Amino acid sequence: MKIYADNAATTKMSDAAIETMTRYMKECFGNPSSLYTIGQKAKEELENARAEIARLINAEPREIIFTSGGSEADNQALLSAALLGKKKGKKHIISSAFEHHAILHTLNKLEKYGFEVTLLPVHENGIIVPDELEKAIREDTCLVTIMTANNEIGTIQPIEQIGETCKKHGVIFHTDAVQAVGHLHIDVKKQNIDMLSASAHKFHGPKGVGFLYAKKGIILSNLIEGGAQERSKRAGTENVPGIAAMTTALKEAVENMDKHNANMKEIRDYLIEGLSEIPHSALNGDAERRLAGNVNFSFEGIEGESILILLDQKGISASSGSACTSGALDPSHVLLSIGRIHDVAHGSLRLSIDEKIEKAEADYIISSVKEVVEHLRSFSPVWRDLTAGKKEFILK
Amino acid sequence: MALYSEKVMEHFLQPRNVGVIENADGVGEVGNAKCGDIMKMYLKIDDDIITDVKFETFGCASAIASSSMATELIKGQRVEDAMKLTNKAVAEALDGLPAYKMHCSVLAEEAIQSALEDYNSKKIK
Repeated sequence: MKIYADNAATTKMSDAAIETMTRYMKECFGNPSSLYTIGQKAKEELENARAEIARLINAEPREIIFTSGGSEADNQALLSAALLGKKKGKKHIISSAFEHHAILHTLNKLEKYGFEVTLLPVHENGIIVPDELEKAIREDTCLVTIMTANNEIGTIQPIEQIGETCKKHGVIFHTDAVQAVGHLHIDVKKQNIDMLSASAHKFHGPKGVGFLYAKKGIILSNLIEGGAQERSKRAGTENVPGIAAMTTALKEAVENMDKHNANMKEIRDYLIEGLSEIPHSALNGDAERRLAGNVNFSFEGIEGESILILLDQKGISASSGSACTSGALDPSHVLLSIGRIHDVAHGSLRLSIDEKIEKAEADYIISSVKEVVEHLRSFSPVWRDLTAGKKEFILK
Repeated sequence: MALYSEKVMEHFLQPRNVGVIENADGVGEVGNAKCGDIMKMYLKIDDDIITDVKFETFGCASAIASSSMATELIKGQRVEDAMKLTNKAVAEALDGLPAYKMHCSVLAEEAIQSALEDYNSKKIK
């Protein structure tokens, strides 16, 4: 059995998105900045895509800037809001401890430029508390950036409340919605979102394309200087086939969202139930308020990379927050932020399923993970000490 | 290119000398759970010759493969020769390790050294 269960890393492009992409490559290859018919046709398609993307998140077309993906959108959003703040003498930014590195590393950069950053705790369930956000807002706060859903543990943040709080205090609210767009209903007006980042390859679109929504009135600063594309806010000839394919993929995802989520949620809970039978294991993140496709477990006494490679041998593609998978020394900052100590953060497994998952596949995943965990524990000195009572179990 | 060499995969999927030796003549444990790697080596030694060796490892695929290979390399060797085992020899026997995984072979070397030191210290007593 071959099961791709790493959809939070990337998704397979949908047939419709591939069809759009190849058709545009063949039939709509013109440069949107060219004045002749072929160029203007590409321009028209580009603007149609912009209008459609805007409609799908309830924004205005002029509020959408196409980018190379989520990381670029995050970088541009944060630097723009920081510069706007600086002009008003506001140099305080609020974020959360478990943001994606595209956010955290940009914040580190801003700190070097004299900004002060407050990272809100995300607690054991992986969800920030809006009251704590409100208390953290100061006179000089220029930006709040909180992700819509976490990429590792899938927990969904109270975005609408955060948006309301930010609006009340006149602070720009950006959300990294890379894991959420196409998977959760987004309405930037209702949710009071000022800026939002998205990436096509997380919802069955192509890699290398995404978008930044910035509410009218928020002046963006360029990351890429050059031509006048994207209202002069993002230079470079537009990736028209990629943008068109992203639009097809998002339309498909949004139209089928409720149906897909209902199916995935059922399988997700089935997986959680099955994996919970493994002794001394624990689900990471809130069991309810999480993406329909996300399952993240820690298993005590073993290390995540070994789990992954053994699962790969069984045809299952998954990921882990273990340090060994990244070449870093520390395990996932997300797992540490929800209070998992190093020892158990290393032994984590993320399964991110898509809407095509079937019950029989879930059964295969459960039996495979059980087998792999048991095998690795059979010669783990940590497990030996734990079962011999020489060490105390962290996951009861 | 695959993440690991065929040799690493072979030793990871079918690790040699896995387990525990009761009343071992030398036991060594290195690493810590915080860093994500722990290796424990057990030696049975007769007349300064390593007649049996077993290991237990908590760690990634290359840590498990390095432990397995290290046990193969010292089994049947004289203690003084086993003392000379280097991490480089372990990594080479595995047809190489990714650069950021070289520390796994270092850990294997250290685990063997630690078990041999344990043996030597017991002998002195």
